[in-house]
Amino acid sequence: MNTSRAQCEVSLTVNGRPAAVHAYPMERLLDVLRHQLGLTGAKEGCGEGECGSCSVLMDGALVNSCLVPILQAHGTNIVTIEGLAQGARLHKLQQAFLDCGGAQCGICTPGMILAAYHLLEKSSTPNVEEVREGLAGNLCRCTGYTQICEAVLEVAGSRSGK
Amino acid sequence: MRSDPAGYELVAPGSLQAVMSLLSVEPGAWLPIAGGTDVMVQFAAGTLSARKLVSVWNLPELRRIEVSDDEIRIGAGCTYTDLRQHESLEREFPLLTNAARWTGGIANQNRGTLGGNIVNASPAADSLPALLVHEAELILISVRGERRVKYVDFHTGYKKTQLAADELIRTVCLSKRFLGYLFYSRKVGARSAQAISKVCIAGLGRAVRGVVEDVRIALGSVAPVPLRLLQTEHMVKGQKIGPALVRRAKETAIEEIRPINDIRSTAGYRAAVSGNLVAEFLEKLAASETKA
Repeated sequence: MNTSRAQCEVSLTVNGRPAAVHAYPMERLLDVLRHQLGLTGAKEGCGEGECGSCSVLMDGALVNSCLVPILQAHGTNIVTIEGLAQGARLHKLQQAFLDCGGAQCGICTPGMILAAYHLLEKSSTPNVEEVREGLAGNLCRCTGYTQICEAVLEVAGSRSGK
Repeated sequence: MRSDPAGYELVAPGSLQAVMSLLSVEPGAWLPIAGGTDVMVQFAAGTLSARKLVSVWNLPELRRIEVSDDEIRIGAGCTYTDLRQHESLEREFPLLTNAARWTGGIANQNRGTLGGNIVNASPAADSLPALLVHEAELILISVRGERRVKYVDFHTGYKKTQLAADELIRTVCLSKRFLGYLFYSRKVGARSAQAISKVCIAGLGRAVRGVVEDVRIALGSVAPVPLRLLQTEHMVKGQKIGPALVRRAKETAIEEIRPINDIRSTAGYRAAVSGNLVAEFLEKLAASETKA
């Protein structure tokens, strides 16, 4: 049988607020967000880094939170989908997903939007190929992707003033 | 079935020196984990045999890229995103940066590291053929010191490497002596995004008046290790590129590889594609020279 290992203290910033958690160091960032911090926006899809539904930003970089042991998140700045809206005001990407029909069942949507957010942080006016590449790690079984790409391009277009 | 995190130890000593000390005190007991894109997948599947892990993620000593006149030295902890974003790598080593772009999606490129990919030793890894054709060298480090080894000798069998139990890869060194050569790479997978390769190829070469002056070819996913096609290279070197040579090169390449049937493809398909990729490379090599 496995011997039980010691838990550790992990401090991190989540959606702009400091958080301290007590966890086994190999616990997944995804589980800590969902079960300890009550942030259930990040979803577990495949649990092996293929589907992107658990995507969050860690120090500004898009990561699959199912592949991040919580110890490696110590001292980092995490942004989840819950951190994008300001009160009742949706983030532009969230509004665009609604307007374009980019969300159906909603499982992939938090990860999709964070991947799109990450893409637009790196490149403010991506073309359709760049949008596809930026979202290639996020799988959607409902929409067929077209409306998702349209939503991202709409936000990118409004940024470039087109 | 998923593993119980309570059964695993993970420490993050925070410096290369401290990690090496830990590895030397109990050689083989600690498994280094970088961005977790392989280790955490095994953890999720319940197949991770190591119970003690040491984090090498984001160690500053492993995350530098140094450029000198004759080589580029890439810290083993550099992510695929680090590689893609590095200007002189992109310009001078497009085989590697293309492979970085083909490896997983953006989230995995933000976490997966070159050193991790080498140590994980998957014969299907997209970046490894690029390292083979560039005749990369690895600097391995432990408390005992450093040694520089040829990458081509690093993989000793399926998922087996030369790395000693107390060692880490510190640096991947790429020589600039192939600058000006034609670079060719392609990945053949089930889809263009997020697919593990059925076959991937990297090639570099130089032709003068249609004759192959120098050439390196390597394939992934066709043998227990990423494979340099030494016999095919030897056969085409000094020869004029034409239909007869292309046909013989295809045959030699197919004899030289050892593909298998698995969930992603069949041995027969891999052999056919490998031959065609080698042929396409040689044709591009001939064409590149005509234009020059």
